[in-house]
Amino acid sequence: MASVRGARPDAIGGVVPAEVVEPATADEVAEVLRSTRGSVVPVGAGTKTGWAAPPSACDVLLRTTGLDRIVEHEPGDLVAVAEAGVTLDAFQRRLAEHGQMLALDPPEEGATLGGIVGANASGPRRLRYGTVRDLLIGVTVVLADGTTARSGGKVVKNVAGYDLGKLYTGAHGGLGVVVSTSWRLHPLPKAAGAVVLPVGDAEAAGRLAAAVARSTLTPTAVELSFVAGGRGELVVLFESIEASVRAQSATALALLGGGEERAEVPDWFGRRPEGPLVVRLAYAPAALPDVLAALPDGASGTASACTGVAYAALPGEADLDALRAAITPYDGSAVVLAARGPLDAAAHWGPVADSFGLMTRVKDQFDPARRLSPGRLLGGL
Amino acid sequence: MSQHLAEVAGTAPGAAAPRALRLAERLRARIGADRVLTDPAQLRTYECDGLATFRVRPAVVVLAGHRDDVVETVRMCARDGVPFVARGSGTGLSGGAMPVADGVLIVLSRLRSIVSVDPDNARVVAEPGVVNLWVTREAALYGQAYAPDPSSQQVCSIGGNVAENAGGAHCLKYGFTVNHVMGAEVVLSDGEVVHLGGTAPEHPGLDLLGAFVGSEGTLGVATQVTLRTIQAPESVRTMLVGFHEVADAAGTVSDVIAAGILPAAIEMMDALAIEAAEAAVQCGYPHGAVAVLVIELDGPRAEVDEQFRLVEEIAGARNAFETRIARDDAERALMWRGRKSAFAAVGRISPAYYVQDGVIPRTRLPEVLAEIGRLADEAGVRVANVFHAGDGNLHPLILFDDKVPGAAPAAEELGFAILDLCVDLGGSITGEHGVGVEKKSKMARQFTDADLDTMQLVRCAFDPAGIANPGKLFPTPRLCGERPGVRTADDRRDPSLGEVF
Ligand SMILES: Cc1cc2nc3c(=O)[nH]c(=O)nc-3n(C[C@H](O)[C@H](O)[C@H](O)COP(=O)(O)OP(=O)(O)OC[C@H]3O[C@@H](n4cnc5c(N)ncnc54)[C@H](O)[C@@H]3O)c2cc1C
Ligand SMILES: Cc1cc2nc3c(=O)[nH]c(=O)nc-3n(C[C@H](O)[C@H](O)[C@H](O)COP(=O)(O)OP(=O)(O)OC[C@H]3O[C@@H](n4cnc5c(N)ncnc54)[C@H](O)[C@@H]3O)c2cc1C
Repeated sequence: MASVRGARPDAIGGVVPAEVVEPATADEVAEVLRSTRGSVVPVGAGTKTGWAAPPSACDVLLRTTGLDRIVEHEPGDLVAVAEAGVTLDAFQRRLAEHGQMLALDPPEEGATLGGIVGANASGPRRLRYGTVRDLLIGVTVVLADGTTARSGGKVVKNVAGYDLGKLYTGAHGGLGVVVSTSWRLHPLPKAAGAVVLPVGDAEAAGRLAAAVARSTLTPTAVELSFVAGGRGELVVLFESIEASVRAQSATALALLGGGEERAEVPDWFGRRPEGPLVVRLAYAPAALPDVLAALPDGASGTASACTGVAYAALPGEADLDALRAAITPYDGSAVVLAARGPLDAAAHWGPVADSFGLMTRVKDQFDPARRLSPGRLLGGL
Repeated sequence: MSQHLAEVAGTAPGAAAPRALRLAERLRARIGADRVLTDPAQLRTYECDGLATFRVRPAVVVLAGHRDDVVETVRMCARDGVPFVARGSGTGLSGGAMPVADGVLIVLSRLRSIVSVDPDNARVVAEPGVVNLWVTREAALYGQAYAPDPSSQQVCSIGGNVAENAGGAHCLKYGFTVNHVMGAEVVLSDGEVVHLGGTAPEHPGLDLLGAFVGSEGTLGVATQVTLRTIQAPESVRTMLVGFHEVADAAGTVSDVIAAGILPAAIEMMDALAIEAAEAAVQCGYPHGAVAVLVIELDGPRAEVDEQFRLVEEIAGARNAFETRIARDDAERALMWRGRKSAFAAVGRISPAYYVQDGVIPRTRLPEVLAEIGRLADEAGVRVANVFHAGDGNLHPLILFDDKVPGAAPAAEELGFAILDLCVDLGGSITGEHGVGVEKKSKMARQFTDADLDTMQLVRCAFDPAGIANPGKLFPTPRLCGERPGVRTADDRRDPSLGEVF
């Protein structure tokens, strides 16, 4: 396998790996973990560098982009199996040949399936299809000691044993290196259309989003682009058969009391905001107006309006603690995705919950020597 | 410190469990005498769940009336190293809620308040003993529904659903319990109370809730659950289609999915299951049908209408000889009644039966059904099939006469042969009923030792002493101190089973 010593110093938070390895098979991944003693940070394409806190150490950067085989696709079962380094784009192209898709749409170009699982990345279509945890039906991982283990399988319905795929989702490589993934697929929609409406302020947007959420419409996504304290634009995307897209769009126009039908979504749709400090906010879905009101002046971003998730770019000097305190009543959290300077784990993730002791025990069971992505998880795990 | 499971759970079958009985005395003082049962006659009620072939009388039953009763009980169990088992409504079909002989059974069915209904956030917070159907009834007041709908929905509890990651007819489109549980308050096996997930869709940190759902009571006791509700669809249309050939019915299922249609449900019943359902509830299924499908579509009217028409066409091309379309809610309910009562109805045509639960990739349906038929003929046993066809989730009902010596083991053997078939085709030994005590030996058929050891890591993090529902789910109980890969050679008889007949 390819191995580079003295890697380029473009590391996160000043942490430079001593070595970069690029295994091409699951066995090679196991070999790396068995034969090294120090810390190992698994990465995919390198699109979500800032999503976890910087590691406390990185002896080996283990890049999984070489694990790039689509192992199996059975169109009649709406299921496919692919290695961790397969990019979402490549996967979608292959599935589209059979009129199918993996219903995930995180925007980072070139992102790998392993990285998407590791970072629990999602996009606007989560409203309709859910997220990684809803679509990942099986996973193969290599643990810190080199053990290769599988959980789940390649049938959609399966309750044999613990669902470890859920644990690896969002674990940022801290519990093991994902080498293979199996997914529940969906048919590609036959038609699409959007209703786009400018909104005056956050409260108005929240009210409209709530009306859509409480209606019998089944949009794939309801996205709001906003500037804190200012105006925004609401997009309701329908994907179905032609007749249904038309009928639902008409109903949406009436429900929203305005707007226009468009064949395409606006440019900003599904993009992450950019700025000195980018956070992912999660909160009780109906609290959207309150969460937007809690954002500091100068903030802007997008919200997946009916789901309780938003991405915001904040001014560099924004007070994260104050923001976190303000959204606590809505079960809110704010996780940093990008920051100008390095942040410690506490500043990156925010406060820990009462389950943190349990989380620590899980980490200690899977990675007793704390070798995998050390320090990158919540609470500096 | 961690004790070996054999020490924790093992006493001679039927022997009085002094530790547990002393614990009962202290529990009476703390949570009330009327909530702590030790009278053998009263304990009998709790010997088994829906899988009555496995019975164990617990030493103590605690009827929890408040969350704190659960905390108190678990704390005392932890201090004395006494195993405990949570029980919801006891409808489980894999023996998950089967007690441990010298342990405590914590009955949660009295914790049955719906704590809050919040239609704007699409959340319902419920105590674990709340019955599945009540959640939907409550949500319906606001035009919403709770999607997971096990056939036992009129009696099974939300806590039991979470523990089993229960499915149901509408899971084809809407997903399983795990896709609808947002948060849980859990009493860990040392009595600590933790909150996993919550109202928001995401929380920083590891997804412990995802691991907890479906853990069959081995990772702690859920004392409160936050569920996600969905908006009731604009339109729901249901059809019942009759076929002369099982293969045509199975082929219709694949064709519908291949056409890019995702129905809310596709359920299938074969001739024997139809016969049983007719005998029980007179649902009026097509006369002479060898297989029927109940197909339901829901969503926006325009979409449902067009796709419904397409499904009719597909079934026609597969030689459907009769298609009935429900004209109103009453007709729709009747179509579903035949399906939902099928398990119980089989009791009318056979003195005894055994329900299996396996999964295969949907495209293998015709082949698997033929193979099940062949295996059944070979064994001289009748099998009725009624199942979630859209998910490839089979429920062969294996009929036998319990008065005939050897009939029960033969039925069980056939059931296990069917599970092997499922694994060989890339499927699973359980799609919704769980592993429990019944199928733990089959886990090693589906998973490698390394896979199972990795699952044990989770167990050891949550329950290092191994006192939460021991003896379930895993083929070999292991000490949490052991590192993966280090296994003792002797495959000990599992003592936690106690008295099994
Ligand atoms: C300490 C450190 C040093 C670095 N040094 C260099 C360098 O010298 N040269 C260079 O080009 N880049 C370097 N990078 C950048 C790196 O390649 C990536 O940009 C970045 O770390 C991770 O990209 P990404 O994995 O977020 O994207 P994604 O691939 O989308 O991954 C997202 C998350 O998932 C995790 N993950 C990814 N794949 C897997 C998997 N298969 N199994 C389990 N978890 C997975 C990742 O750890 C990450 O937390 C370094 C990164 C770090 C952390
Ligand atoms: C006629 C019939 C039809 C059925 N149809 C379906 C179906 O369509 N789909 C399906 O999925 N299942 C079905 N089942 C099986 C059963 O109803 C489900 O498994 C159900 O989820 C069990 O709920 P319960 O409250 O009865 O749990 P119990 O049987 O009481 O317990 C089941 C398991 O959950 C654990 N448990 C219970 N409560 C808690 C708690 N609060 N915290 C932690 N652990 C707990 C127990 O220890 C045990 O391991 C059916 C059963 C019957 C009898």
